[in-house]
Amino acid sequence: MSVKFKPPIGKFSQINGKCISLVGDDIDTDRIIPARFLKCIDFDSLGESVFDDDRKTLKGNHPFDLETNKGSSILIVNSNFGCGSSREHAPQALMRWGIKAIIGESFADIFYSNCIAIGIPCFTLPKESIKKIQKYLNIKNLFLEIDLFESTAKAEEFKFDLEIKETSKKMFLSGEWDATLKLLENKALIENKLNDLPYIKFNNN
Amino acid sequence: MSQDTLFDKVWDLHKVANLPGGSDQIFIGLHLIHEVTSPQAFGALKDKNLKVKFPQRTVATVDHIVPTDNQSRPFKDNLAEQMINTLEKNCIEHKIKFFNIGSGNQGIVHVVAPELGLTQPGMTIACGDSHTSTHGAFGSIAFGIGTSQVRDVLASQTIAMNKLKVRQIWCENKLSTGIYAKDLVLHIINQLGVKAGVGFAYEFAGPAISELSMEERMTICNMSIEGGARCGYINPDEKTFSYIKDKLFSPKNENWENAVKWWKSLVSTDNCIYDDVFKLDASKVEPTITWGITPGQSIGINQKIPSLNEMHPNDQFIAGEAYEYMGFKPGQSIKNTPIDVCFIGSCTNGRISDLRVAARVLEHNKVAKNIKAFVVPGSEKVAKEAKEEGLDKIFIKAGFQWREPGCSMCLAMNSDKLIGNQVSASSSNRNFKGRQGSPNGRTLLMSPAMVAAASITGKVSDVRDFINK
Ligand code: SF4
Repeated sequence: MSVKFKPPIGKFSQINGKCISLVGDDIDTDRIIPARFLKCIDFDSLGESVFDDDRKTLKGNHPFDLETNKGSSILIVNSNFGCGSSREHAPQALMRWGIKAIIGESFADIFYSNCIAIGIPCFTLPKESIKKIQKYLNIKNLFLEIDLFESTAKAEEFKFDLEIKETSKKMFLSGEWDATLKLLENKALIENKLNDLPYIKFNNN
Repeated sequence: MSQDTLFDKVWDLHKVANLPGGSDQIFIGLHLIHEVTSPQAFGALKDKNLKVKFPQRTVATVDHIVPTDNQSRPFKDNLAEQMINTLEKNCIEHKIKFFNIGSGNQGIVHVVAPELGLTQPGMTIACGDSHTSTHGAFGSIAFGIGTSQVRDVLASQTIAMNKLKVRQIWCENKLSTGIYAKDLVLHIINQLGVKAGVGFAYEFAGPAISELSMEERMTICNMSIEGGARCGYINPDEKTFSYIKDKLFSPKNENWENAVKWWKSLVSTDNCIYDDVFKLDASKVEPTITWGITPGQSIGINQKIPSLNEMHPNDQFIAGEAYEYMGFKPGQSIKNTPIDVCFIGSCTNGRISDLRVAARVLEHNKVAKNIKAFVVPGSEKVAKEAKEEGLDKIFIKAGFQWREPGCSMCLAMNSDKLIGNQVSASSSNRNFKGRQGSPNGRTLLMSPAMVAAASITGKVSDVRDFINK
């Protein structure tokens, strides 16, 4: 866990790392980071609290506690991962634990856009492929090389064609996932929009 | 691809540009902030040396961390004090309107904005909170965003987003007596599942929806996110307009006429196109209660907890987890499940009409022995109105604790928490593992009326036995 945290910056197209699997559908953001850890004004200390309740319940047997998973950076999950609260604390906690990319059957909307906004690409694979990876991970470690441009994940034994939204893919390849400055480039258009919207006028009481 | 729905019209109106990556840049008409998801966004602005672009388009209140017993400052909880303090400082520094405790307008952000008339049809509304979908009850397009997007809205009043698809959920007929909006929305989520809404905006429509009051409509849209839909909305009608009229921030005088005219023009046209339509018969809905660990795992009061072989294979894994966590067995009745804690409040069901309904059930009744029951009004306004009507006295006389406004045990960031594996009957929106503050605490979601009924018997009970008497 004591990986020194460096946030991603700019464009990237390659993520290589060890996989960690977390089996279960509908894993919500309250489980990823319980609400008591939201009492903070920065995200710095969240890494160690990721899945705190689940880990305490499993007393050392949670995937995020297992020795074999140390140093992992690619998270393998099932369906509707990250449902529930919009708390960006959830992907921030995962990122600060060491997660750099997530591959799953499906993701909840807000969680997905939070991941994109902080530089964690989320890919989808069919249920069978996820199962295959998770089964393999029960026995051995798996290192994947993810190529964003090609949308593939490769290991000695496997090759998967990953799915990722075209817009998200472009954002990582161009570095635009860190959106603020890009949005501000359209300053004039934004101001025009403000002046055009009917309700701005009639709310001028 | 949907066409001519309210969603399409509002989206197109707010589109600023096509971004090179392929998503749309969307203007946010109203930005709501609170203490939990905004400090890091202001921090990021500072790091990037940016200012808040249109401070008058953001409104703040404090809700998640506020204690609901003793609200004197500084709060006993240092971290909570630090958070409210940070919000206060940020609002002053960036000239953002802030409804603080004691202002008369503080409360849960999704309760406060509608009651101030800030929420209006045709707006895009964003907030660092998933239940922002609530505001869709007025025919606005409202959705939750994360902290990085809060930063983007502060800096540019826009975000990058892909357009959603639109599913109409048509609710035929009417709800029966003793059945409420909460039952209907739990039923909808159960029927469609908790992931069906991913990538969709939900348009709730049909006779059962038109029939609902604005507060009930908010309950429906509030829980869109529990069905996976980032946003849910209802086409505005006369009820919508009369709710908004004469509120603090509603359009006044000749502006009012113009506003109503424009609002009417936004309604989904008769021959609009939806990406999907789902129909259900609202008259068939029973008092509905969750038995599991997702808001989709619910049943009617007289039904039995389903067994694995009655479920779609995709739902079996989480059901197995739910049996184990909740301590329920398949085939068991939900009725008469013993309860430890009763909570009435939250942005789903903490409004004045919710309190009225619950108070009506509680009048001339007493909370069962050993039950901790408390009511947390959704806002200072709700609390004031309830007191004027004497509802607080009814609650207290029955054995409820009457608290100050906030989110409270909906997510347990203050000191209101379940202890150990206590079971709560809760009018809130999430029954996730650990949601109410104890890693093995158990939550049964239901309507406020059903919570009131459970408080009297100490067990899950059919509220119709109380109101038909
Ligand atoms: S009441 Fe609950 S769901 Fe609503 S904003 Fe507060 S914590 Fe979130």
